[in-house]
Amino acid sequence: MMKKLPEEKVTPFVEKLLKDYEVLGPIQTAGFVSFGRITSPGELKLNHQNSTKAPKEAFFPQWEVLFRYRSTGQSVEVQSTEDPGRTRILFGIRPCDIRAALLLDLVFDSLDSKDPYYINKRKGTIVVGLGCNHPVSTCFCPSVNGGPFSREGADLFMTDLGDGYLVEVLSRKGRKLLQYLNGKEASEEDKERAMAIEDSAARGISSVIEADGLMEKLEKMMEAPFWDFLHEKCLGCGICTYLCPTCHCFDIADEAFDLRGQRVRYWDSCQFPLFTLETSGHNPRPTGRERIRQRIMHKFNYFFSTHKAIACVGCGRCIIHCPVNLDIRRVIDDIHRE
Amino acid sequence: MTFIGNNAASNSGEPLRNPYLPFPMRVERTFVETSDRMLKSFDLAFMDKTDEAGFRFQPGQFCEVSLLGKGEAPLGIASSPTEKPLLRFTVNRAGVVTRGLHHLEEGDEVGIRGPLGNSYPMDRFQGKNVVIIGGGFAFTTLRSLVVFMLDHKNRKKFKEITVIYGARAPGLLLYKEEMAQWERREDVNLYVTVDKGDEDWNGREGFVPEVVEEVGPSSVDAYAVICGPPIMIKFTFPKLADLAFSPERIYTSLERRMKCGVGKCGRCNIGPLYVCKDGPVFSYAELEELPKDY
Repeated sequence: MMKKLPEEKVTPFVEKLLKDYEVLGPIQTAGFVSFGRITSPGELKLNHQNSTKAPKEAFFPQWEVLFRYRSTGQSVEVQSTEDPGRTRILFGIRPCDIRAALLLDLVFDSLDSKDPYYINKRKGTIVVGLGCNHPVSTCFCPSVNGGPFSREGADLFMTDLGDGYLVEVLSRKGRKLLQYLNGKEASEEDKERAMAIEDSAARGISSVIEADGLMEKLEKMMEAPFWDFLHEKCLGCGICTYLCPTCHCFDIADEAFDLRGQRVRYWDSCQFPLFTLETSGHNPRPTGRERIRQRIMHKFNYFFSTHKAIACVGCGRCIIHCPVNLDIRRVIDDIHRE
Repeated sequence: MTFIGNNAASNSGEPLRNPYLPFPMRVERTFVETSDRMLKSFDLAFMDKTDEAGFRFQPGQFCEVSLLGKGEAPLGIASSPTEKPLLRFTVNRAGVVTRGLHHLEEGDEVGIRGPLGNSYPMDRFQGKNVVIIGGGFAFTTLRSLVVFMLDHKNRKKFKEITVIYGARAPGLLLYKEEMAQWERREDVNLYVTVDKGDEDWNGREGFVPEVVEEVGPSSVDAYAVICGPPIMIKFTFPKLADLAFSPERIYTSLERRMKCGVGKCGRCNIGPLYVCKDGPVFSYAELEELPKDY
């Protein structure tokens, strides 16, 4: 089902959604765009290419409480925080980031162990995707099974037509939002314009990585001299892992205040020495060589070997924000040349 | 500890078991194991019948043991399933949590998540000779294994059991009283050694690899399990190879910095496998297939 949401109806649409749902969307925060809870439609930055921080934090926050505890003298009460509250809408998420959520599902919702904090938030969220009319020079989603207008994983999908949005309903969860839409059925002309935008976006992708054969190539490269040099300019800042929509590593720690406290988890990075440092002093990944190898291997070999998918969605965030221009596209080219 | 509002499943229908929530256990007994007082054992009792019934484990598995306010540490279970309802952990004082554990007294509470990870392949060991080689304080899950096999209900399932255990000094040997009992048993061959004895020591002296060579356990119809400091493993492995133990017949247990214990937090992987859920027990044949990233 396709509807047309004219420009002037966007605000009333979001306002109605806000009455019944918690809405998360791309908003301007402290100098960059990230996904956060909005209280009015005006906060949405839908014309922005993509958020600096990936919206994975809607399901897997940078910092979250696992449980709280309180000592009452004789005993200790422990209260879990896995209930996410009311249903949320993730509004205006780009196709690469939706694909990232599908990849994270493989980790947090795996057959052998379920992560209730992630799963409850994920299942309690309606995903409203937004196609990318103008992919930027660092986008390479088609190389990793995505695309600027890939609908995979979206409940509703929006295409910006300039004078409004073409809205497609793709799931039962998405259908629930139809009643708020109040738009007309999309005309043939609207659909044709959307197709033209889609074609032009696909042509606008200029970056490519060669995913074919990458897994097999890396399989033989664990001890290659390649890693001895690759890490040399890396500062180990970890920004690539923090901004990556598929990175899922975290640490767990306790925060204690007198008789009460909480156990929290927060994003961690394989690029930090402390990530693997053992109490004995032994560190299985003691230098940048092992740590950068871990990052590349995990995304393009280990994850593939476990889940039959590459843990990269081609969003380009690690390329844009790396302070020393360590470019994953070139790294992959170089791996193929090895 | 009492729990409020866990297993919330407002959106997902089925309640999910929350793998991050510890259940409480009470310290029944603590005792210092070694003369340097760095190793202490804790016998823990379940406080909730449901937790006790749900806790089914095999030798080789571990738990995340937690002290609220301090954090968690992954510790191998040192007791055998045959010793339930008590669980034992033997703890080296090393970091924040283990230091906190050393301060516990009888009656105190700890949080437990587990059992986690795989176990020694007990079904493969059945009907076979089993050679157990341990060094220093890496004997914890090996104790679980030995006690399990020596249990009167289980002993007949295994053929000859040989235990070779060494420590740097007599005072650093774990489970001394139990070893003395095993010494008197006919159905286990026990060889205890120390790198260097003291004036009261009238046992064997020498490094574990040499003792393995001297004892020369047969590899026919046999499995070997080896846990100890890396240097001991490095020199013992060739001795086992000389005795014709194939890599498929040698098992070890790995340690890594582990947090979640369920294969999500991403730090304990060796190649595509996570030590916390795909290990900690691996055969040498399995390790040979994995990247040398440990």
